[in-house]
Amino acid sequence: MDMKKKSTVQSVLLFVFYLIVIIITLLPLALLAVSSLRPGSELMRNGLNFNLDWAAANLNNYKLLFSGQNSYFVWYKNSLVITVVQLVLALFLSACVGYAFAMYEFRFKNLLFMCVLLVMMVPTEIILLPLYKLTIGMGLSDSIWGIILPYMVVPMLIFFFRQYLSGIPKDFLDAARVDGCTEYGIFFRIMIPLMKPSFAAMGIYQGMQSWNNFLWPMIVVRSADKVTLPVGLQSLMSPYGNNYDILIAGACFAIIPILILFICFQSYFIEGMTAGGVKG
Amino acid sequence: MEKKSVFKKFVYSQKVAPYVFVLPFVLTFLIFFAYPVGSTFVMSFQKVAAENTAFVGLKNYKTLLNPIFYKALKNSALYMVLSCAIMIPVPMVLAAMLNNKNMRCKGFFRSAMFVPALTSVVVAGVVFRMMFGELDGSFANQVISLFGKDPIIWLRKPVTVWIVFLLLCMWRWTGVNMMYYLSGLQQIPGDLYESADIDGATGWQKMRYITLPLLKPTTVYVLTISIFAGMAMFSESFLLFNGSTNPNNVGTTVVVYLYRMGIEQNNYGLASAIGVILLIIVMIINVIQLAINGTFKKGE
Repeated sequence: MDMKKKSTVQSVLLFVFYLIVIIITLLPLALLAVSSLRPGSELMRNGLNFNLDWAAANLNNYKLLFSGQNSYFVWYKNSLVITVVQLVLALFLSACVGYAFAMYEFRFKNLLFMCVLLVMMVPTEIILLPLYKLTIGMGLSDSIWGIILPYMVVPMLIFFFRQYLSGIPKDFLDAARVDGCTEYGIFFRIMIPLMKPSFAAMGIYQGMQSWNNFLWPMIVVRSADKVTLPVGLQSLMSPYGNNYDILIAGACFAIIPILILFICFQSYFIEGMTAGGVKG
Repeated sequence: MEKKSVFKKFVYSQKVAPYVFVLPFVLTFLIFFAYPVGSTFVMSFQKVAAENTAFVGLKNYKTLLNPIFYKALKNSALYMVLSCAIMIPVPMVLAAMLNNKNMRCKGFFRSAMFVPALTSVVVAGVVFRMMFGELDGSFANQVISLFGKDPIIWLRKPVTVWIVFLLLCMWRWTGVNMMYYLSGLQQIPGDLYESADIDGATGWQKMRYITLPLLKPTTVYVLTISIFAGMAMFSESFLLFNGSTNPNNVGTTVVVYLYRMGIEQNNYGLASAIGVILLIIVMIINVIQLAINGTFKKGE
């Protein structure tokens, strides 16, 4: 009886503590959501806080956002296009490379894998300038390909796919070869279906990376019609605050689709975004 | 026709196929990694200009011997150390609490903790910049006024700037790191604790001799990613200060300085020298890491 009482007390304490943690965690987003119902000029004057006059709350900021009188949805579309293209390319190409590392023996394999690890370990910010010069030299500056091409084969994904595939017995391949399947047939017909669960998790990992990417697109893109959503939102943060209506509502609207996807595919999200964890 | 089928046979052979599969990596590695790294080294000894690029020896490196770069190095190192010091114990404890058998609503709490990780650094930066704004009515100033404190300009003085940096880091990454620890904890076999109970081990002893040692791989991984992310910190500072300049360089990190010199002032030579120094620092940390933990060996 005493044990039971003790565990009930513990359970209540844990629950209350966690509830407080969660409230603090979600507070900034709640603040953003509440503020999106207030006029930007008022935010500029009074700051971001919870002083919301419910009677005066309105959806004017969202109406403005959807009115088409600003570039918000141009940015949105650009980000969406880049995310989808980069996602498909990165998943496919990295799966090929990871597959080769997991399933074949070939010369320079270890050397090449060391290179994969090297790219993972060196922060990409270090090569920012030469990469920028290179994209200019290749005529890719100010285009979505300039954003995508340098990052279309992702070491993290290679590492993960290799890890995932190493659990599959190699006899599989030999059996398929005996049946007359070509090397590429094995990959497309047998391996890709087997890799589906890992595609889901890695797709979310890569999708989030592309969707939220900030520094590289900011450097590559110059013209207004090619700006991505994070870069566009940042550009609204002017010291005069004349764009705060769009900024706050736009920031909210940038999160909502991801939040909906997260609620629907939670386990994939958590698996994808924590990929590599204790596996490494 | 004949030639084509020979080619086809070659590409389709079991010997050649792996090279075809790794080709995308080899190409991007050479073009978008090896070449830029090489040219960073070369440019760091040059004065890069549109017309005549000249070799200037160590001049760029000598230019870097200035107080602002020292400050940037110090800021990056401090950010790395502080973020590691916070982002390992806090998520570990939160994960252990969530893993407790008396915990209710685990699924909901787990998901809710993860939500900040879904926001982009830009959205997070916008919210935190305004929450910690200098206006009397901004959220942070309202909170401290509850404790009878006067409003402060958060993003000006070092101490308050660092509080905001660390809160932003905690806000975005606690959920993710907690998830690493949660999966680490769930891999610890329950009978270890049962036999410890039979031997009369206290809660602290179980923590010290079972949980912590068995969480070591997780800790090593979290530490590794935190170190590299910490050294390369840029966006948080850029967004909080709305640009690469900030009062008295309180928030200038190495990459912010690199951006300011390279992208804004077009001084490619100097920026490349910064890149080389950062690369050397990262490599030294790597070697130390590998020597102590053998991080990436375990996967082999």
